Amino acid sequence: MANLMQDKKKQIIALAVLGVFLLILPFAAGALGQAWVRILNVTLLYVMLALGLNVVVGVAGLLDLGYVAFYAVGAYTWSLLASPHFNIHMPFWILLPLGAFLAALAGLLLGTPVLKLRGDYLAIVTLGFGEIVRILMNNFDKVGLPWSETTYNITNGPRGLTGIDPLTFFGFKLNEGMNLFGLPISGLQLYYFVFLALTVLSVIGVSRLQHSRLGRAWQALREDEIAAKAMGINTRNIKLAAFAFGALTGGLAGGLFASMQGFVSPESFGLLESVMILAMVVLGGMGHIPGVILGAVLLSAMPEVIRYVADENKQEAVFGMVLVAPEVLRNLIFSLAMILIMLLKPAGLWPSPEKK
Amino acid sequence: MADMLFVAEGVTKRFGGVTALDNVSMSIRRSSIFGLIGPNGAGKTTFFNTLTGLYQVDEGKFTFDDKPLNVKAPHEVAQVGIARTFQNIRLFGEMSVLENVMVGRHVRTKAGAFGAIFRTPAARREEAEITQRAHELLEYIGLSKRAGDKSRTLAYGEQRRLEIARALATDPKMIALDEPAAGMNATETVVLRQLIERIASDGTTVMLIEHDMRLVMNVCQHIAVLDYGRKIADGSPSEIQKDAAVIKAYLGGAHEPQGVK
Repeated sequence: MANLMQDKKKQIIALAVLGVFLLILPFAAGALGQAWVRILNVTLLYVMLALGLNVVVGVAGLLDLGYVAFYAVGAYTWSLLASPHFNIHMPFWILLPLGAFLAALAGLLLGTPVLKLRGDYLAIVTLGFGEIVRILMNNFDKVGLPWSETTYNITNGPRGLTGIDPLTFFGFKLNEGMNLFGLPISGLQLYYFVFLALTVLSVIGVSRLQHSRLGRAWQALREDEIAAKAMGINTRNIKLAAFAFGALTGGLAGGLFASMQGFVSPESFGLLESVMILAMVVLGGMGHIPGVILGAVLLSAMPEVIRYVADENKQEAVFGMVLVAPEVLRNLIFSLAMILIMLLKPAGLWPSPEKK
Repeated sequence: MADMLFVAEGVTKRFGGVTALDNVSMSIRRSSIFGLIGPNGAGKTTFFNTLTGLYQVDEGKFTFDDKPLNVKAPHEVAQVGIARTFQNIRLFGEMSVLENVMVGRHVRTKAGAFGAIFRTPAARREEAEITQRAHELLEYIGLSKRAGDKSRTLAYGEQRRLEIARALATDPKMIALDEPAAGMNATETVVLRQLIERIASDGTTVMLIEHDMRLVMNVCQHIAVLDYGRKIADGSPSEIQKDAAVIKAYLGGAHEPQGVK
């Protein structure tokens, strides 16, 4: 019992340290340059995405290669309803839930036809779904009706949408930054805190789900579908629930992405993006939330760090010439890391513990 | 409340030209241990699969607990009160021993996503009940010490027992054990036998599909024998042991076995 109390105490201290670290982090990054704050923000978005995909792939065991579609749904919901494109400017407290809701709906839309598919077949169909969403965004700039000549520009096609509204609280635009008792906080830093808050909420929500009756049913489904059915689990319903909840998180992250960037285009939602998010889940440790967060942080921050640390100038300074283009180096290290993980830690960097 | 918990009447199942089950009838008394035996390919598993909703019967009907048993999907069977174990163990390997049993409570509980995310009092109460019941069942099968381990780390005999605990967690009226003694050594079989007897004496009817004749003859009160999809005998262990048709089916008679012509 004393041991348990001590563990609890240690946990609280660790959480407090982590909390302080996360609060100071954007200012430390800001001292190096606002670009670093942006990297932090993107990392937080990836953490959310990885958490959402983890529900589908890691917990319920449904391989989804089109996850970025839900991110796109969230981003486009925000962009279309809060930009000069249609001249609609809805507030964030409608848009964020709406984006998440529409993404969840898209999740159900994808989930329904693939209920009976598993493994590779499921992966192929979800991959197709992801591409369909991206191609729709790409081509919905000339939507015509069979009985009329006029076309409607819904998504502005490959040119994307610009001038998207930033997060705005009671008329205060977050991207403008503020001055808090003499402490200047940039717009990106303010975004960081909003993203951090929503990431923490996602972590809490997802981990509570995972450790609930529904979460156990998902894991049972992943481990053995036939046995799960014999235990009276309606696998159809819980599969749909997994797709919907995974998509919900993705949609939320999508809306936040659009509000921060001020610009979205179909290019941001390609297959490679889905693969990246999946790689985060797999690299970190499928089904284990701390592992998934670690995977997301590593994979989203690492390429950026490499980009800065090994750029042309620095390579010239050290080697007298540019050995590898940073972009190539990034992919090289990436692939190498994935292969090493596969060989050395097939369960991921931080898999769920053997004993609970 | 009728004496019989489960009644099958004239059940027939065909796969194309093959009649896998031919007019099979049997009834199982409440709180008894019922054995279903037969040589390989006799139709035991087919019978089991029709009963558990994996296949739909072509003719005949089942009655369970005084109501027609009419399951359209496998997950409805647990709801009705029939739990099963699998011939080739099907545990949730990456989940802990305790969680495996907790999954069994799924069908008797109802907390949803909302309750989980917001930790509503109802959901927390239910979760506490699930955990407590799961611990009781682990105690029952003697696996309390391993509660936190992943179930795939258990020894073979322990995995079999855990499957039984998981099935019992669904509060079944009848538990169907598909070859639980397969691959077990003599000691493990003795432990299993005691467990089966305890389950029946605690009021849960047991349907045992088994190849281990010693176990079946020792533990069952009533036995039905299938061969080539037909029921060839039905009675107490001593009657079955003396039955000419059964002996012929298992050992081969002077004539060709039935069904092969």
